[in-house]
Amino acid sequence: MTVFVIRRLLQAILVVFLMSVIVFFGVNVVGDPVHMLVNPEADQSEIAATIERLGLDRPIWEQYLLFLKGAVQGDLGNSFIFGEPALQLILQHMPATMELAFTALTLAIVIGIPLGLYAGLYPDNAISKGIMAGSIVGFSLPTFWVGLMLIMLFAVELGWVPATGRGDLGSFLGIQSSLFTADGLSHIFLPALNLALLKISLAIRLTRAGVREAMGQDYVKYARAKGLKTRRIIFVHVMKNIMIPVVTVMGLEFGSLIGFSVVTETIFAWPGMGKLLIDAILQLDRPIVVAYLMIIVMFFVLINLLVDILYSILDPRVRLQDQGA
Amino acid sequence: MTDMTAATPATPDAAKVETPFQRFRSEFFESRVATFALATFGVIVLLAVLAPWITPQNPYDLAQVDVMDGRLAPGSEAFAGYTMWLGSDGAGRDLYSAILYGLRISLAVGLASGVIALLVGTVIGLVAAYAGGRIEAIIMRIVDLQLSFPASLVALMLVAALGKGVDKIILALVVAQWAYYARTVRGTALVERGKEYVEAAQCLGISKARIVFRHILPNCMAPLIVVGTVQTASAISLEATLSFLGVGLPQTEPSLGVLIANGFEYMLSGRYWISVFPGLALLFTVVSINLVGDHLRDVLNPRMRK
Amino acid sequence: MTKVLDVSGLKTHFFTRAGVVKAVDGVDFSVSKGEIMGLVGESGSGKSITGFSVLGLIDPPGRIVDGSIKFNGQELANAGEEQFQRLRGNRISMIFQDPMMTLNPVLRVDTQMIEAILAHENVTRQAAWERSRDALGLVGIPSPEERLRAYPHQLSGGMRQRVAIATAFLNQPDLIIADEPTTALDVTIQAQIIYEAQQLTKRTGTAMVWITHDLAVVAGLVDRISVMYAGRIVEQGGIDDVIDRPRHPYTVGLLGSVPTANRRGKRLFQIEGMTPNVLDMPKGCAFGPRCHARTEACREEPAIEDVDGRRLRCFNPQRQAEVVS
Ligand SMILES: Nc1ncnc2c1ncn2[C@@H]1O[C@H](COP(=O)(O)OP(=O)(O)OP(=O)(O)O)[C@@H](O)[C@H]1O
Ligand code: SF4
Ligand SMILES: [Mg+2]
Repeated sequence: MTVFVIRRLLQAILVVFLMSVIVFFGVNVVGDPVHMLVNPEADQSEIAATIERLGLDRPIWEQYLLFLKGAVQGDLGNSFIFGEPALQLILQHMPATMELAFTALTLAIVIGIPLGLYAGLYPDNAISKGIMAGSIVGFSLPTFWVGLMLIMLFAVELGWVPATGRGDLGSFLGIQSSLFTADGLSHIFLPALNLALLKISLAIRLTRAGVREAMGQDYVKYARAKGLKTRRIIFVHVMKNIMIPVVTVMGLEFGSLIGFSVVTETIFAWPGMGKLLIDAILQLDRPIVVAYLMIIVMFFVLINLLVDILYSILDPRVRLQDQGA
Repeated sequence: MTDMTAATPATPDAAKVETPFQRFRSEFFESRVATFALATFGVIVLLAVLAPWITPQNPYDLAQVDVMDGRLAPGSEAFAGYTMWLGSDGAGRDLYSAILYGLRISLAVGLASGVIALLVGTVIGLVAAYAGGRIEAIIMRIVDLQLSFPASLVALMLVAALGKGVDKIILALVVAQWAYYARTVRGTALVERGKEYVEAAQCLGISKARIVFRHILPNCMAPLIVVGTVQTASAISLEATLSFLGVGLPQTEPSLGVLIANGFEYMLSGRYWISVFPGLALLFTVVSINLVGDHLRDVLNPRMRK
Repeated sequence: MTKVLDVSGLKTHFFTRAGVVKAVDGVDFSVSKGEIMGLVGESGSGKSITGFSVLGLIDPPGRIVDGSIKFNGQELANAGEEQFQRLRGNRISMIFQDPMMTLNPVLRVDTQMIEAILAHENVTRQAAWERSRDALGLVGIPSPEERLRAYPHQLSGGMRQRVAIATAFLNQPDLIIADEPTTALDVTIQAQIIYEAQQLTKRTGTAMVWITHDLAVVAGLVDRISVMYAGRIVEQGGIDDVIDRPRHPYTVGLLGSVPTANRRGKRLFQIEGMTPNVLDMPKGCAFGPRCHARTEACREEPAIEDVDGRRLRCFNPQRQAEVVS
């Protein structure tokens, strides 16, 4: 296990390092670094100072080392708009995004898995066909469009919940979140549902495929031959097998939820790092974009690592192989 | 394709042996949903192609647009005398016309980037399969790395760096999607290489190029078609998303995404149609392609056969 | 002797898109208390489907279309799922062919054994655990406590099959259907397992149907034998009659393809050709196209009749001398 974790950690560091090279080259070689990193409204002396500070007049490998040194120390430049360190700004907006993504993932699991289970157990009945058709539609609907429809229906027409913004924060066990207040919950409902939609479809399809495969396996027939109740066969024998891939994939999807939240946050004016990113792109606030990119890469790498560990805990067969390694 | 017939030797009646294509066609049209979806997509493409001849207005010819017609509800009469069945947008454009013209742009961008990504990804996948060894390992590492990030995020970052414009969007979509095709090709290559006849061919000293083009490429076709449909739908949807966020196509190239974004500000005041109708057009397009793709997967995947 | 199982005229058909597959097409046999009956035939002859029919484990598109299955006098051919659930693993147990596939990979051995007891009896987990441990001891598994804690992949194939056999005997059933339980194992393990199964049936008086395609393996184990070809029984009788004086050309062929010590070096008698396509059965005797003793009469379907102290389905019963041809 430890060998495995260490090996994966090394891989993770390699990926982050690689991405830092790509980001650096993207900014400094493909683009014009002066144009990319200096505030367009800056005057001549300011530009000269920045070139000096960033070492843009030095050889390229030296520039990269400078960039890397800054990055390691958490210095990815200051936002042009806010004048604050970009990294700090992103970290400030992170909790809102995490809260949204976490709620969406929960919704996807709570709604998607039971529906997928049903569709997998009774593949030919009309309800199952309806569920599957729904999941294809859910897969195809562009997130932003669904967001608009949700606002129109629940906020404008019905007036049940507010259309935009994040509600009051509550505190529980030292964690600040809008999930702990009624106002907060009413605000998060629509964006979380919007963000969850694709993942609900994904959970339905994964679960259904898993159930259908498992139901054809010998171990299910054997379990039936032992005289087990259908309930036990489904919820113990089948579910325990399917949960391994489902949990793994859904875990990996957490990263993509954070990526996708860019769209949802924009529509629902949710003050997370996705909205920060879009605003930064539109206002050419490049340090924020670079910082977001580095953060998100680290995040993905971290999630991949955690999911791999989780997988090896869930699947007894993987654990054994690892002891040998 | 040839081994598909071989997979079902138990044809009871030898007299009516179908060609693979006939068989594929009859199986495809067995599904009413898929047939309907294909027909819908056909109509959509037709509408887009014929747009200049079947719309009352060229919404981007300023001489034909009257600001007085702005934000009219569906069914209102335009100043020029025709009925705006879907209403008009903030600038007074007939929405029906705007949507058909928008469809042209959305479809063109989606199909162009789909085809280019398919070509690029297939070539890279074949290169990996042909070269083997280290080159293959490196290419597949890059593919895996890229696929661990969502395509939407990759595309978003690229347009952030590249800026707006049709060419830039297509480039971003291609970069975001090529890896799916490369992975598909490589998956087939792995299966094919393990087969006895390919091993035998290698022993006989038959050239690698021959193996790649005679064995791997033909067998990639079916999965590539499936991946291609799904990815094209996703390219169309992604372009709309980026344009909606304001980082995709500019106002001068008003795709469906741009139209929806323009209507967004009117939505909260109850003028739903400006966003909803272009959205429905987008929806029908993407859903119909996906339904076709989903059924193609069932028909073309021999493992799913009963 | 009382008949534990009495199957007559059993027909199990599969209604597939390509046509009706008559996997089992009129099978009669019975097994008495303490008796072991061998069900022998080539791959695809319908042995497993016969076994699954008895346990009610035929899934759509398959269905029992005709015949009767009497278990201790109780008719099962049209029994409901609930009735079967009470019998399976309790009064009738089944052992499957591939021990690699039948144990659930993600559940521990103890879970899978204990559940077989708890499904039918209201005892404490502790009591069930103890019984499982003792059962493992009976089939010759060393340190059973440790094995109970293992996951299936941590055991060898032979070990897993012993676990399956122990599980089959857990509730002291009246009947065990063993579907090629040793086919996937190597020869020495095969012999051990057959010996252990034989001991257990002797001790408990359990009736047993032992399905196999390898006559040599079961020759020393079974009391009576039924030879199956293309969904029907072609020869059935006491083991000595059938093995030493086979009458059906197919049985002769099967015996000819068994390498035995005293025939080593001689050319093996092989049955030419393949099992018939189930969708496209030959007219007349199903074995006709492969039969070396075929005559004009074989254009008709032979009925099963009493011949020479056995049941036989053939117009031209073979003479003993012809076996060693
Ligand atoms: N679900 C099914 N649908 C259609 N045909 C089936 C199905 N299951 C079994 N069959 C057919 O029934 C016939 C008998 O199958 P069965 O599994 O009983 O053979 P078997 O004698 O046990 O062979 P083996 O030694 O390979 O286990 C086969 O021809 C098979 O093709
Ligand atoms: S009936 Fe005729 S064809 Fe059939 S097994 Fe007997 S001799 Fe052979
Ligand atoms: Mg079998």
